[in-house]
Amino acid sequence: MTTAAAVGPARRRARIAYLLLLPGVAWLAIFFVIPLISLFFTSLQVSTGSSGKYKAGFNWQNYVEALSEYWEFFLRALIYAGIATVLALVIAYPLAYFIAQKAGRWRALMLVLVVAPFFASFLLRTYAWKTILADDSLITQSLNWMHLLPDGRILNTSLAVIAGLTYNFLPFMILPLYVALDKIDPRLIEAGSDLYASPFTTFRKVTWPLSMPGVVAGTLLTFIPAAGDYINAELLGSTKDKMIGNAIQTNFIEFRDYPMASALSFILMAAILIIVTVYIRRAGTEDLV
Amino acid sequence: MSEPRRSTPVADLKLVNLSKIYGGFAAVDDLTLTIPGGSFFALLGPSGCGKTTALRMVAGLENPASGQIFVGERNITGLKAYKRPVNTVFQSYALFPHLDIFENVAFGLRRRGVKDVTDSVKRMLELVELTPMARRKPGQLSGGQQQRVAVARALINEPDVLLLDEPLGALDLKLRRQMQIELKRIQVEVGTTFVHVTHDQEEAMTMADTIAVMNQGRIEQLGAPTQIYENPATVFVANFLGQCNLIPGQITGGDGDNAVLSANGFNFAVPRSRIHASGSSAIIGVRPEKITMYWADEPLPEGHNRLEGTVTDVSFTGVSTQYLVKVPWGQELVVFEQNLSLEELSRRGEKVQIGWAPGHTFALDGAEDISAGMGAHVVGV
Repeated sequence: MTTAAAVGPARRRARIAYLLLLPGVAWLAIFFVIPLISLFFTSLQVSTGSSGKYKAGFNWQNYVEALSEYWEFFLRALIYAGIATVLALVIAYPLAYFIAQKAGRWRALMLVLVVAPFFASFLLRTYAWKTILADDSLITQSLNWMHLLPDGRILNTSLAVIAGLTYNFLPFMILPLYVALDKIDPRLIEAGSDLYASPFTTFRKVTWPLSMPGVVAGTLLTFIPAAGDYINAELLGSTKDKMIGNAIQTNFIEFRDYPMASALSFILMAAILIIVTVYIRRAGTEDLV
Repeated sequence: MSEPRRSTPVADLKLVNLSKIYGGFAAVDDLTLTIPGGSFFALLGPSGCGKTTALRMVAGLENPASGQIFVGERNITGLKAYKRPVNTVFQSYALFPHLDIFENVAFGLRRRGVKDVTDSVKRMLELVELTPMARRKPGQLSGGQQQRVAVARALINEPDVLLLDEPLGALDLKLRRQMQIELKRIQVEVGTTFVHVTHDQEEAMTMADTIAVMNQGRIEQLGAPTQIYENPATVFVANFLGQCNLIPGQITGGDGDNAVLSANGFNFAVPRSRIHASGSSAIIGVRPEKITMYWADEPLPEGHNRLEGTVTDVSFTGVSTQYLVKVPWGQELVVFEQNLSLEELSRRGEKVQIGWAPGHTFALDGAEDISAGMGAHVVGV
């Protein structure tokens, strides 16, 4: 009893905060930090000569090999993910703006429609795209009829991979943008027009900067998983369109070259971390309210 | 010290037959109004009376269903908001949260391609006494400071008309009083036409040269604060601007300048210039502070309207004492007495006389609803 009385309300509140953190921290420790360490040591293992068997060591050569053998896969992954992110932003921004500022009573329904694809599995939806983009599909045939396709087809081209990535990660772009745009007081836009800014200038000087937190969150949530994705390239692309995710998957599952797969994973993580850090610095979101 | 007062003469703002319909309901109904250049004009009315809609049409944020808006001789009805010589101080200030105070104030000048804004912005911040805050973000300022930024941001553009949409609504009472004086000072200093929309009758009377009382999309009465307070033309205005005693009666005759009105068997003298009734049926009005209480046996000044009654309620409020006096036909009249005498207060149940000068009496049209404007009244501000 005496010790309980000695602990002040502030101390108790701090203790509750730590308790609330505990499940998350424990989860991350067990399922993220420990596997990460294990992955790191795997990436440095030495081959024993027989397939799938490796012994502990510090073989940094794995990283050199990973880069020299798979640099194209890295590049493709970053480029495809980058293009998909930009496309998703261009598609999502007007839509999110409409839902947030103009949809009125249709807002809830439209948000449900944005989330609706999640009710079907990611894999299933990508398989569906295989059918949608197939050579004899309506879309491919009508685009061909207009002579808009250089290769005469969509499936098994980089276009299909980028389209698939854009589609699959679009909701992750729309939702943060919606949240950011919904917070903008419509009176600020009126104030812009009251202060001699045309609708375009008001967008550039008021709406866009105020939506920056949503833009940054949305692009990160799209770019990061897209850069590591392998399903879209696997199902929609040709062998020439494989991304780094495919290389990791093949090395792990088919070649059973665990050190190589782990090294590739580590390089991908490092690359994304650097890109994201530079991006956030440039976007200057810490300056935003 | 530099002189921010504008050099060009200020144009009148004219609204001609302006209407706005929302779903079959006329928010603004055939409004015609001339606001003289350089005046401090208040549009006063309860919420939903159309005052904000009227203001937004002048700003260009709403399109009128019909009618025209002129600044001087120039018809601005069809102009986009960002092309109008008009700026607005928004109800919630609508300061840009991502820009600092300096950039907020500079926003309008920059949009119009002014190269060097530093001097003008500094002068403006001086006018509203916010120079040390130039590099703060709006979120770091108090409500009153944000309010002054909003005024500076609008005024720096030297608009022909400055529109203020309930500018003090978000401030507490003390700050509001301070800002009322502050806004009035700024208006006198810059000389721009201020059109101020408010539901607060005291605020309107404190600041404005001219008040238009609006109700249901129309103007009930327009005039100087003293004029509309002392000589209201409609029951709505009488009730909306402060408290009022209203007694239904008839115009029965007159002598010289005064007409005689009778109600419940008593006669009251009312100057003819203060009668706003179209027929013989009229509502006699007198404001509570105009009524004097007398002891039952005291003589009244010659010619004053007089009634006998019983005190039914006394409440002491500091500067004055408010009485309810029940008159012979059962109505309770409100009487405010200044606390001047050291004499004992009249007590509940005491028999008294009440009286007031004919010049303080007015008469309204008997066909009007005697409770108009009562529910709309804002108490305690």
